[in-house]
Amino acid sequence: MNTITDSLEMLKLYLQQGFVIRALIVGLLVALCASLLGVILVLKRYSFIGDGLSHVAFGAMAAASVLQLANQNILILPVTVLTAVFLLTYSRKMKLNGDAAVAMVSVGALAIGYLLMNRFKTGPNVSGDVCSTLFGSTSILTLETSDVIFSLIMAVIVVVSFLLFYHKIFAVTFDEIFAESCGMKTRFLNLFIAAIIAVIVVMGMNLVGSLLISALIIFPALSGMRIIGNFKGVVIFSAVSSSFCAVMGVLLSILFGTPVGATIVAVDLGLFLICALLGVVLHRG
Amino acid sequence: MAYLTCKDLNIGYEGTPVAEGLSFSVSAGECLVVLGENGAGKSTLVRTLLRLIRPLSGEMLTGDDLGKNEIGYLPQQTEFQRDFPASVEEIVLSGTLPKHPFSPFYGKEQRQTAKANMMLMNVYDMRKKSFRNLSGGQKQRVLLARALCATERLLLLDEPVSGLDPKVTAEFYQLTSDLVKNGIAVIMVSHDLHSALEIATHVLHIGSRKQLFYGTREEYLASGLGKTFEEGGASE
Repeated sequence: MNTITDSLEMLKLYLQQGFVIRALIVGLLVALCASLLGVILVLKRYSFIGDGLSHVAFGAMAAASVLQLANQNILILPVTVLTAVFLLTYSRKMKLNGDAAVAMVSVGALAIGYLLMNRFKTGPNVSGDVCSTLFGSTSILTLETSDVIFSLIMAVIVVVSFLLFYHKIFAVTFDEIFAESCGMKTRFLNLFIAAIIAVIVVMGMNLVGSLLISALIIFPALSGMRIIGNFKGVVIFSAVSSSFCAVMGVLLSILFGTPVGATIVAVDLGLFLICALLGVVLHRG
Repeated sequence: MAYLTCKDLNIGYEGTPVAEGLSFSVSAGECLVVLGENGAGKSTLVRTLLRLIRPLSGEMLTGDDLGKNEIGYLPQQTEFQRDFPASVEEIVLSGTLPKHPFSPFYGKEQRQTAKANMMLMNVYDMRKKSFRNLSGGQKQRVLLARALCATERLLLLDEPVSGLDPKVTAEFYQLTSDLVKNGIAVIMVSHDLHSALEIATHVLHIGSRKQLFYGTREEYLASGLGKTFEEGGASE
């Protein structure tokens, strides 16, 4: 009993700290955006793209720190966006090699990034740096107000454009050929989706690190699909559950001193297992 | 004038012809059945008619004020994902999008169109159900309702009865034949000669990379071509 009250006391104390509030806000926003886009990616059979892109972002970040750029996003963002556009639009033409293309770009960027960081040592502890970029550092707890504002602007853009294009997104995701045959601009929509995914991956790197960002993208959608049979329901469930898991993850990691990124992903995984079980029960009934 | 007229159409990918010299037309109230064995160029023709790829040469003209993209497409079943979460209503409503490209939300008119077509295809009662839990025949009726939302004039059905059992196939053909009687033009791609011919008014038969026959159903039956196709099909 004592430990629980102690924990609650500690939580109360932490929640009065600005850095905890900022971490919660950014975590929630990134998780929300990732889950919305995740529904599209999972249903379009592009689950691996988030993973591939995060490795590319890692590579670009390594290059940026070697070049000693003041603002690393100047390099990371364009490189990631271009890769996303390439993977989503051109890999479709090389249909047979689509998944191979993602895998190739993904491990290629990872290797180059690690090589760069290792060869041109940027800090005293290279493996520590690499580890924190891959699995998310404590940097989520050192966020500035400007980071919060940046996340807020991005989240507003993502949510508003998702709402505006919602029905078109559904049509293109469900049956791209039908949409195209009706004269819908599917190419433009795909490019747009690719660009937004890239931005979210870059945003999410701070939160959970580049290895775990794809978990934020795919888990909420997969959980929703287990128990809900319509598109709108899956989208709403993903958005709500992903935000909830992010907040829970940040709080738990503070309480138990665990790594933030891995904790959030573990909560997402737990929810998925519950949903998968529920799905089995529902289908029997 | 016909809704769609093709003159000396050569189709294929990146300069390599798949089928050549296709000339045919479809008008209101006609059902054109496109026959051909695997590899004859049926899928390429479908993609060309949907304007996903350009014809290599020849003309493809629309008439009677039919819009260039005004074609209701019923894809092959195999192209769908088994676990896609979508309700019947969501799918049928998405068929109304091409007529209202700039509105972010579904208007009253779109909802009414969707409702009318769901009633017509007898799927209105299952509108809240998930598409992935429907039977093969029910899925086809839902997709037909969606195609009808996109246009009430020209439908393109790609192997619509493959994988359906005989009873459901007969029901589907009955529905299609009713639509044709009501003045809709239908192009139906099929490799199943027997039952498809029952509702055909015209036949286009492609094989060996060229047009073997185009004419009315009666002319086709008299030509004896159907017989050789049937024998060829049986030996597959």
